[in-house]
Amino acid sequence: MLSRTAAELYWMSRYLERAENLARMLDVSYSLSLMPQDGQGTGLDELTMPLLITGNMDDYLARHGELDAERLLHFFAFDGDNPGSIFSCLRAARSNAHVVRGRITADMWENINATWLEMRDIAQQGLQSYGISAFCEWVKQRSHLFRGAAFGTSLRNDAFRFIRLGTYIERADNTLRLLDSRYELLGDAAESIGDGSARGYYQWNALLRALSVFEAFTEIYRGSPDKRQVAELLILREDVPRSLRACLGEINQILASLPGVNGRPAQRMVASLEARLRYTGIEEILDEGLHVWLSDFILLVRRLANAIQSSYLEAA
Amino acid sequence: MARILYDEMYDASGAVRPHYREFARWLANTPPEQLAQRRREADLLFHRAGITFTVYGDDQGTERLIPFDTIPRSIPASEWRVVERGCIQRVKALNMFLADLYHGQRIIKAGIIPAEQVLANEGYQMAMQGLDLHRNLYAHIAGVDLVRDGDGSYYVLEDNLRTPSGVSYMLEDRKMMMRLFPELFAAQRIAPIDHYPSLLLSTLKSSSPVDDPSVVVLTPGHFNSAYFEHAFLAREMGVELVEGADLFVRDEKVFMRTTAGPQQVDVIYRRLDDAFLDPLAFNPDSMLGVPGLLSAYRAGNVVLANAIGTGVADDKSVYPFVPDMIRFYLDEEPILKNVPTWQCRKADELSHVLAHLPELVVKETQGSGGYGMLVGPAASKAEIETFRDRLKANPAAYIAQPTLSLSTCPTFVEQGIAPRHIDLRPFVLSGKETRLVPGGLTRVALREGSLVVNSSQGGGTKDTWVVED
Repeated sequence: MLSRTAAELYWMSRYLERAENLARMLDVSYSLSLMPQDGQGTGLDELTMPLLITGNMDDYLARHGELDAERLLHFFAFDGDNPGSIFSCLRAARSNAHVVRGRITADMWENINATWLEMRDIAQQGLQSYGISAFCEWVKQRSHLFRGAAFGTSLRNDAFRFIRLGTYIERADNTLRLLDSRYELLGDAAESIGDGSARGYYQWNALLRALSVFEAFTEIYRGSPDKRQVAELLILREDVPRSLRACLGEINQILASLPGVNGRPAQRMVASLEARLRYTGIEEILDEGLHVWLSDFILLVRRLANAIQSSYLEAA
Repeated sequence: MARILYDEMYDASGAVRPHYREFARWLANTPPEQLAQRRREADLLFHRAGITFTVYGDDQGTERLIPFDTIPRSIPASEWRVVERGCIQRVKALNMFLADLYHGQRIIKAGIIPAEQVLANEGYQMAMQGLDLHRNLYAHIAGVDLVRDGDGSYYVLEDNLRTPSGVSYMLEDRKMMMRLFPELFAAQRIAPIDHYPSLLLSTLKSSSPVDDPSVVVLTPGHFNSAYFEHAFLAREMGVELVEGADLFVRDEKVFMRTTAGPQQVDVIYRRLDDAFLDPLAFNPDSMLGVPGLLSAYRAGNVVLANAIGTGVADDKSVYPFVPDMIRFYLDEEPILKNVPTWQCRKADELSHVLAHLPELVVKETQGSGGYGMLVGPAASKAEIETFRDRLKANPAAYIAQPTLSLSTCPTFVEQGIAPRHIDLRPFVLSGKETRLVPGGLTRVALREGSLVVNSSQGGGTKDTWVVED
């Protein structure tokens, strides 16, 4: 497959996954911001979290000056000048798909095209009238729909593999960042294992719901969430589809099945990352310090993404 | 003066011609609402599939549908066989002319074509001089534009030997007709054309000395007006659609960048003009081409289809010599007629043209797509005078021809069914042998009385049938 074609497919699905992750993050931050904040303020802390997670703080401040709930939501949902907004991600995904529409099925193309057209309509209506929760829900549903169309109609070829690859790279990065920032925000409360405080409960719950693993958590651990369990679930559980381990497992399989020898650096890297997770217990991670460990892994995933980029997508 | 028009469906007495009888019966028996509904369905299907072209010079850069007319253009098989032989003969002679021009130049030495006519032509490429091509093939894909005059005889209007387009519409029109009106295809024997992509692929493969060569389609990109066709042909042939940046040259060989590493390319079906192919050799500003491509080409390590420098043979100032080429190289009489042509670079012919502008069609020698031409009988006085100035300023850039009446074919228009002028572009493939699929692309001028069929000028298309008689 042409490297350019693979790159378009890979970025198409990265942008879609990114839009979905943004919607998940925004939904949680918004609902948490509505909760009483233990007398600490207005819920702006919550709403600024997406800025910290995505590293967009400076950009936002430069354009909007002060932190304001409505502007923040607009910035992440509809702002076409913010390359990190849901609007921009869906636009970019559609434009990638347009270039390679001959390589994806009509179902996939029509889905992604319709998503973009609806996105424009919703942006016309405005966030107030559409509703932020309804909007986040819509983004998730469109993403589910595209994934369903891809799984249900695509030939299992290299095109499909690069689409899946984009999804898992983006998702691995996102899970790491969400966990890290939620842990940071909790601060000391996170340290008291089995912390019974309402704040800790809602914080962990919100994270679990954002990643659609609330049900999984209750089934596996049968109790209130705490740091150790949440971290284990999101980092090490192979059977949780948004966990780091699951993402790297998929990436490992996909890279191993791609033809050619030019991808060896990336193949080697993901295999060793996966082995590291497979043979690590949560205690070792906590001993090292969760934040340190997560920051380290965010860098490793980025390095893996760079290796994929240079091995396959701009190969010469 | 009333012109005599030749209508494809009705003879001079108004009776339906034999090869249209089956269709006429069907048309009379099908309720108009049903026809209208099918036409809407066709529009919808074309739109959804994104079968569009981009109009240049339009600020909006809009993608438009080419209007599709559901009344087919039909040709009796016996008549087609003559056209087919004529096209093959013509393209063979043109390929021999190109091989000769870029080698011994016998035809110039024999005094048949003046040297300055070809060597000073902007389509002539010095880089091709002395270069041997596999099977001596230059124009692998040719589009021969044909029209019919009042007496029904076919004339060649021009030979398109660079990157003729439109074949995707020929194929899509047929698919659409079979989908909308399957009963028509059951009622009579209409020659199939769906195998064009496979003929094209075997033509491209046979143009390379390599066993089972790797073939790609090279497109300028998705902003090009014919991008749909490039993607369509690549998909139908099952080969990669590449842009210039996907290719690179190393050790005088061409490779494409793939996810499995560099892969050598043997044949490039390029839909890119000569000037943009290689920024090192031609237009240095081209972002579309592949640096070093010409060196790989000259080393014989890659085939370009069509070859570089074919534009010299389809130039309108060389067109008048094609019948002589056929006699010179093949020792045959031309089967298809040329339209009489005045060459404005000659002073006496120019003065004739200037005196008769309102009756003539004047074209740029290097023009295509219906841009920059004058149709005398359809032009206003002011338009003629403006054109006269342009013509006087640079006579060598123009030729003039009598206004042919162009045959008509019944066509759906707003007021119902009315005759509209049409032409025909068969696509001639030259590889191990010279072949074409029956028929070609029929373009129709949708405005009443208009003789300009180009899609960029409001033309539409029709399915083209070759019917066993």
